[in-house]
Amino acid sequence: MCCRGCQAVAQSIVDNGLGAYYQNRTAMPASGHEVLPDELKKLTLYDHPDIQRSFVISAGEHSKEAVLILEGITCAACIWLNERHIRQLDGVLSVEVNYASHRARVSWDERRINLSTILKEIQLLGYNAHPYNAHHADELRKKNKKKDLQRIAIAGIAAAQVMMLAVGLYAGGWYGISADMVVLLRWFSLMLTIPVVTFAAMPFYRSAWSGLKSGHLNMDVPVALAIVTAFVGSLWVTVMGGVHVYYDTIGMFTLFLLSTRMLETGAREKSVEAAENLLKLQPAMAMRIQAGQQDYVPVMQLLMGDLILVKAGEAVAADGIVVEGASSTDESLLTGESRAIPKSVDCTVIAGSMNLESPLIVKVTGVGEDTVLAGIVRLVDKAQAEKPKIAHLADKVASWFTWVILGFALLVGLIWLNVDQAQAFEIVLSVLVVTCPCALSLAVPAALAAAGSHLIKRGILVLRGHAMETLAQVTHVVFDKTGTLTVGRPQIVAIYPLADKSETQSLLIAASLEQTSEHPLARAFMQRVDNQQLLAVSNANNVAGLGISGEIDGVTYTIGNQVYASAGLASDTAQLTNVAAGATLVWLCDATQVIAVFALADTLRADALATITALKERGIGVSILSGDAPQAVAHAALQLGVTDYLAQQPPQAKFEQLQKLQQQGHIVAMVGDGVNDAPVLSGAQVSFAMGSGTDVASQSSDIVLLSSKLTDVVTALDMGKSTLAVMRQNLFWAAAYNLIALPFAAMGYVSPWVAALGMSISSLIVVLNALRLR
Amino acid sequence: MTTSTLVFLLAMTAIFIVFMVLGIFWAIKSGQFDDLDGPAQRILMDEDDPMLPSVADEQADCVTHPK
Repeated sequence: MCCRGCQAVAQSIVDNGLGAYYQNRTAMPASGHEVLPDELKKLTLYDHPDIQRSFVISAGEHSKEAVLILEGITCAACIWLNERHIRQLDGVLSVEVNYASHRARVSWDERRINLSTILKEIQLLGYNAHPYNAHHADELRKKNKKKDLQRIAIAGIAAAQVMMLAVGLYAGGWYGISADMVVLLRWFSLMLTIPVVTFAAMPFYRSAWSGLKSGHLNMDVPVALAIVTAFVGSLWVTVMGGVHVYYDTIGMFTLFLLSTRMLETGAREKSVEAAENLLKLQPAMAMRIQAGQQDYVPVMQLLMGDLILVKAGEAVAADGIVVEGASSTDESLLTGESRAIPKSVDCTVIAGSMNLESPLIVKVTGVGEDTVLAGIVRLVDKAQAEKPKIAHLADKVASWFTWVILGFALLVGLIWLNVDQAQAFEIVLSVLVVTCPCALSLAVPAALAAAGSHLIKRGILVLRGHAMETLAQVTHVVFDKTGTLTVGRPQIVAIYPLADKSETQSLLIAASLEQTSEHPLARAFMQRVDNQQLLAVSNANNVAGLGISGEIDGVTYTIGNQVYASAGLASDTAQLTNVAAGATLVWLCDATQVIAVFALADTLRADALATITALKERGIGVSILSGDAPQAVAHAALQLGVTDYLAQQPPQAKFEQLQKLQQQGHIVAMVGDGVNDAPVLSGAQVSFAMGSGTDVASQSSDIVLLSSKLTDVVTALDMGKSTLAVMRQNLFWAAAYNLIALPFAAMGYVSPWVAALGMSISSLIVVLNALRLR
Repeated sequence: MTTSTLVFLLAMTAIFIVFMVLGIFWAIKSGQFDDLDGPAQRILMDEDDPMLPSVADEQADCVTHPK
């Protein structure tokens, strides 16, 4: 057991008779985090009817239903544990956890249990749960998935049956078969193929039609053409009599294509679901002060001029002006500024920034659409619309291929009309069927499905289909600084012991004092002493905004800013002059002397340098666009060896800088995490969001790095390159196969079984080639 | 084999196909394809309570069978 928190979790698991979890788990859970009483208190906000309206469905008079996202699930045993535990709570009617998406559908009786109690129980198990706001797109996606499955089922059943009948027809063609049996088998095959052509193959027609309407021949045009001509031709032969029918080809072709596309969208949807699970549904509440009364109201009900109380550690709900209190706020996600900004009376605060130290009373000046935050989000939409389009390889090949096939079929038809009119129709048909672009249309989705599912395993979520191809062509990568190249939280960069205590000793004392505080600086101390036993502190006194005092082994210590902690004590500060620019100093003193000074700053991620070096080795340009102060950006750029950087860039300027790069002909990839990066993330040809970043950033990007590892950017770029290579090989092979088969079909030498065999083998090769992507 | 035998067999096939389609559509509609990993894992987890030794049971066990 590493701490009391873990012990409590283990205790509650065993007490509830769920000890089997320990026998069945196959992966260790994520490292524990403290369950703060304050956090538990916040959960009660979820019981507020105004908040519940967005995610709770009334299933009956007193029964409610909601979808919860479970965080911290690592293996099946975790899911079992949660399911069992929630189910045995009094008042819970049903619970069902989806293994793939980590979402739980819970229904409960509101007279016997509250939603917050359920959430609290999950948190006591050591997991984190928050309600999922099922939106319209989600509903639609589910419906489409069911429809796709139905199409595959129809195509599969029909293909299997028609194939059996086809064996009979082929065997009959070889050994002899009576004419009425042939007719019977053909008609039966026709009946089975009708649902395939009219229902299962529907998506291809729709996509081909929209492609034709917009003047771009996409891959679905030849596909739809092949299905329709093969069906019309076979129908003709069935009714009028003739040599070949192609019902088996239609069934198999449709089944193959539907399945690979299902796999491809499946891999992508898994990514989208995982990314959606990151988006937290915050209770959008604010503490309003009205006529001396404080009460929580939904943010939507706030009006201009209302007074709101923002507690320490809370996000500011609306833009406003401070009217009472002094504190500092963290605006790093909105502006990129890495240092906390002091706020006193008459200072403006931005919605979405975090209040760090002490309570503030704010007079609201902007809500909803009028906030700075909403302005940035509007810029995102604009950037999305102006995003440069990259033509896709598959579509380029498709339009070229379609014209060649159509031209060739026409030519062959004209020639045969002059040679032998009776055979002309059949030969034109066999040309169209033999060149049936099965392998060609599998080439791209098969590669995308393989690459996508491989990247998912590494925690790289590819949310948009075009990203893989675009990645291969990237010539320039733009990084945000705060939270992307750097960790985004202050960390201890230097310790200066000024008395007889060693570095470790003073660190231990400092961390022990800081354990009572929630300030971000305090967390940096706790991180450094992760596994050590903290000292017992008595008489701890937390003075908000200044520091902490406390007694350890009878000695009184103070820690905090210079004025508070050292209270005028003389000390040798000569060594402190060479502290890194932008660092915050924390002083630790006892009654008589300064014990140590700690320098805290936002440090670079461990893999930042390796990533930049790897990108440069690949000949890809690197630049930094940051909203932070010039010295801090220059310092980071120097450490990384990046010469092209700009500091103090507001979102609009960042976006203009991006457009400038794009006008120079660069294909730009953007890596960012904050709200201020969102417009650039949507405007770049391809973009990465850090998994630890804001919701707006991950929604604006094509790829989310779940583990927030920068080296994943390089991995993804490399994967993009090899995916594009595989696509090219596949397209080349498929086109070559079709072009070789074409002359034989044109001369009337291709029998149906040869055509079927050739199609299967060429498709198989394409799929196997895609599977090499590892 | 006469044509009438074939007609009979094909008719049987048709009936089977109808049932297959109905069956799989029902399965899709009732959400059996929503979670493809879950059932495989769920079957390994015992749901019957006697299989889970509670703390009290374990202690009682230790008393009667000292190790």
